[in-house]
Formats: sequence, C-alpha cells, structure tokens
Amino acid sequence: MSGRVPVSMSVDGRTVDALVEPRTSLGDFLRNDLGLTGTHLGCEMGVCGACLVLLDGQAIHSCLMYAVQANGRAVETVEGLTERRAIADIQKAFHERNALQCGFCTPGMLVTAYELLSHGGAPSRAEIRDALSGNYCRCTGYEAIVDAVDQTAKERQKQAGCPQDGRAAAPGGTKDNAA
Amino acid sequence: MKARAFEYAKATSLQDAFDAFARASGDCCYLAGGQSLIPSLSLRLQAPSLLIDISGIGDMRGVGIVDGMLRIGALTRHAEMLTSPEIARHAPLLRLAAPHVAHPAIRNKGTIGGTIALADPAAEFPAVVLALDAELEIAGPGGRRRTKADGFFKGLYETGLEPGEILTAILVRPFDKRDRCAFDELARRRGDYAIVGAGVQGRFHAEQVEALRIAFLSVGPAPVRARNAESAVRGRTLSPAVIADAQATLHLDLDPAEDAQTSRATRLHLARVLLGRLLGKLAREARNEGGRA
Ligand SMILES: Cc1cc2nc3c(=O)[nH]c(=O)nc-3n(C[C@H](O)[C@H](O)[C@H](O)COP(=O)(O)OP(=O)(O)OC[C@H]3O[C@@H](n4cnc5c(N)ncnc54)[C@H](O)[C@@H]3O)c2cc1C
Ligand code: FES
Ligand code: FES
Repeated sequence: MSGRVPVSMSVDGRTVDALVEPRTSLGDFLRNDLGLTGTHLGCEMGVCGACLVLLDGQAIHSCLMYAVQANGRAVETVEGLTERRAIADIQKAFHERNALQCGFCTPGMLVTAYELLSHGGAPSRAEIRDALSGNYCRCTGYEAIVDAVDQTAKERQKQAGCPQDGRAAAPGGTKDNAA
Repeated sequence: MKARAFEYAKATSLQDAFDAFARASGDCCYLAGGQSLIPSLSLRLQAPSLLIDISGIGDMRGVGIVDGMLRIGALTRHAEMLTSPEIARHAPLLRLAAPHVAHPAIRNKGTIGGTIALADPAAEFPAVVLALDAELEIAGPGGRRRTKADGFFKGLYETGLEPGEILTAILVRPFDKRDRCAFDELARRRGDYAIVGAGVQGRFHAEQVEALRIAFLSVGPAPVRARNAESAVRGRTLSPAVIADAQATLHLDLDPAEDAQTSRATRLHLARVLLGRLLGKLAREARNEGGRA
C-alpha cells in the first residue's frame, strides 16, 4: 500500500519533521505520533468539535484534515495555547463557572472561545452560542459554557479599558438553540 | 472511522492536477477544503487510490472584478464570504447565506468550489448561485469553458462537471443599486442542514419588481428555481396579495422528499412560509427606500 511521506510543520512553535501515511488525520498525528493528547477525537467526521486546533491561527477540525496537508503550516494545539497562557483566563472562567464535567469537549470549546474572543469586542450570548454551535457537550450543558465565555469577554474588555458593549446578554434573535 | 490507504499528490497548477488525474485513470478524487470529502473517506463511502490536493492552485484563488463580472475563485473559503468587502458589495446574497453554512471551523476550511462541485441538495451556495444567475468557470484537460448555473445541478450530487474537470471560479454580475436580495432557512439547530431554505434576488423599479429569481434548497434532489413564483411577481408590486399568489404556485416547481422528521406537505408548507418572509422583507425594503431607484 501507499508508503509514508515526509512532512514538516510547526506544532506549538516547534518544528516537527516526520514520516506519515497520507491517510493519517492531523488529529491522529498529534495524539499518536507527537503524544499531544489534549486534542480529543470523538466523531472523526466534523460533527462534535472536540478535535479543534488552530491552523495558521484559525480554528479547524483536526479530524477533517490529513497530516500531509499541514506540510509547511503552523499548527497550535490546546497544549500550545495553555503553555503560552493565551487561554489562561478562559480556563479560569471554565473552572469558576463549572463549565466542564468529564472534560471531553473542553479542548474544542477552548479553541472556539479563543478564536471568537480574538476578534475583539464583547460578543452577545447569541453570538457565543452561534460560535459554539459546532461544539457538542454531552454532560455539562451549554449554559455554564456560554457563561464562562461571556465572563471572559467582559473581563478582557474591562482590562482593555473599553466601555461595556451594550449588546451583551441580548436575547435570542438568531436561531441559536444549539445548546 | 479511518480512511483506507491512498496516495497523496499536491497539485501546483491545473495542468499538474489533470496530469495526475490521467495517470490515476480516474481512480482518484480532487481534494479542496476536505470538509465533505474527508468525512466520506472516513466513513468509507469512497475509497480512491489517489487524492489530488487542488487547494494550492493559484488560478482558483482571489475575489475581484474581472471584465465587469465579480470573479470568485473556487478556493474561496466559506468564512471569506463573511469578511470579504468585495463579496459584501458585489454579491451580498452570498454573505447573507454564509452564516447558515455549517459552523465557524468548517467555514474556515470549506470552499465554495467544493460545495458547488459536490451539489448536496441541502447546501446553501448551490441555491444561491442559481438565484444570482451565476456562471461557472470550468477547466479540463481539453481547455476552459463557462456554463450557466441554470442547468448545472442535474440531480442528487450530480452536476454538469465531466470526470477530471475542475471548477475554477464562480462569476457573478455585480449587485446593482436597483437590486435587492434576501436569504433565509429553517433548520432545527444553527449549522444543521436546512429543512428548507431559499435565496431571492431581483431588480426593482421603485416598488415594482422588474425581474426576480427565487432558488430553493432542501426541497428536492437538487437546488431548484421557483419559476412559477418568479412569474407571479414579475412586473408587480409585492403586495400581500401578490405574495400570496407566488406562494400558491410553489407546488408546481418544488418536489420535496419525505423523510423521518418532515413530511412532504410540511416541507411545502414551510417553503411557502419562507417565501412569504423573504418577499415580505423585499417589499418592506422597497417601500422604505422606493424613491431611490
Ligand atoms: C459537520 C458538518 C456540517 C456541515 N454543514 C453544512 C451546511 O450546513 N451547509 C453546507 O452547505 N455545507 C455544510 N457542510 C459541508 C461543507 O460546506 C463543505 O465544506 C463543502 O460541502 C465542500 O467544500 P470543500 O472545499 O470542503 O470540498 P471537499 O470536501 O474537498 O470536496 C467535496 C467534493 O467536491 C469535489 N471538489 C472540490 N472542489 C472542487 C473543484 N474546485 N472542482 C471540482 N471538484 C471539486 C471533491 O472532489 C469532492 O468530491 C458541512 C460539513 C460538515 C462536516
Ligand atoms: S472528532 Fe473532529 S469533529 Fe468530532
Ligand atoms: S464536559 Fe463532558 S462532554 Fe462536555
């Protein structure tokens, strides 16, 4: 069958050179070859969102990309975000708000929250739910997760000295019943 | 949930992709964003021996006006529909539809070319390109051609693309100040495939409709225009009675399937509800700004 092919990519700021089978997903590569098990694989078909990582700064599903496709690109995992303390405040809010129980979905939730909050501003609860619509949680329920993201957004705004965005906590409006 | 083994080739040009396709004697797939193809390989619905990655082909990138038409490269990602100023200005219907396409992370990778080439009956952009009267730019080993979106979507996952051909761009007549558009869909959850959805775009003279195109998704094996409803509003002002006339014709054009959740009658009813909302929105806009045209 088809052999292994060389790939070279940056993972959490380190250059990684490896030989991979073309059919190896980026998620399997991170977990099995690099031992970065913070990225979780649930459905492996793009539905649950547990496997999200950043590719050149944008959230993508590591189950919907082969490791070979990441050749020459920069991947950042939940471990990398944790190491450089980019999500320390989101993690703290998840803890305070009890926004996780088993924690299976949490890496994906954190990556989505990181990307959403990196756009700046304070997203409304409807916008937070919309952003999280591709992240399934099977035990906590979404209310606490939305609370944690909402809390972080507001704290970041306060720290940046911005006035509170009046849209926060706006009711429904969009079809955001993902949760 | 793991794909069968395959070989992988990254094409650097269209010619490169066609050569790889010819060498594999067709036992291969083009890979763009992978957001539909990779799940299908993981589920082993498909098992090609070669994947030809077309995501690096420069010819298929970029959004801009070329010869008076908005050219949207086939590799333009769904997320860019939400951020590109050219799309907002020249093809606002795509922007209105984009939030309904999957979830943010899938939009970061999925491409408009991929969704049109795949022709999922529940996908948003195929219906939108029908409503926009878009043209599709297609390249094959034998050269390039252009075809209308009308007639391209032939059936369930069936399009006018010949084996080995690549969709390279979507061409749209730029939005004019006399034009109005609207998009909406009904889905159980945000990001889910729609129970029914529709895009409309039309040209107005003050409050009067000069011509309007209506395209539905999720009401049959392929996206479909509601031609009888289009005729019902042509030359008319979108009064409640005219909108009701248009709604009453929908059974002539739509052939919704029955599934476990939704009966045919319910889907048709929801299509009427949706059309009423969309035309109502255009009517309100035309009334409020009618003087400007
Ligand atoms: C959980 C989930 C939810 C989704 N929800 C929605 C939704 O609500 N609405 C929606 O519209 N879509 C949805 N999608 C699908 C998504 O939009 C895909 O990105 C899109 O359908 C395919 O684009 P792609 O670039 O990823 O194509 P790929 O997956 O790479 O390719 C799809 C097919 O098209 C062919 N192809 C790709 N590009 C070209 C080209 N330029 N020329 C010729 N052939 C080509 C490939 O060979 C393949 O057969 C969802 C996907 C997932 C996983
Ligand atoms: S494992 Fe990737 S979305 Fe579920
Ligand atoms: S905390 Fe268990 S799945 Fe979300």
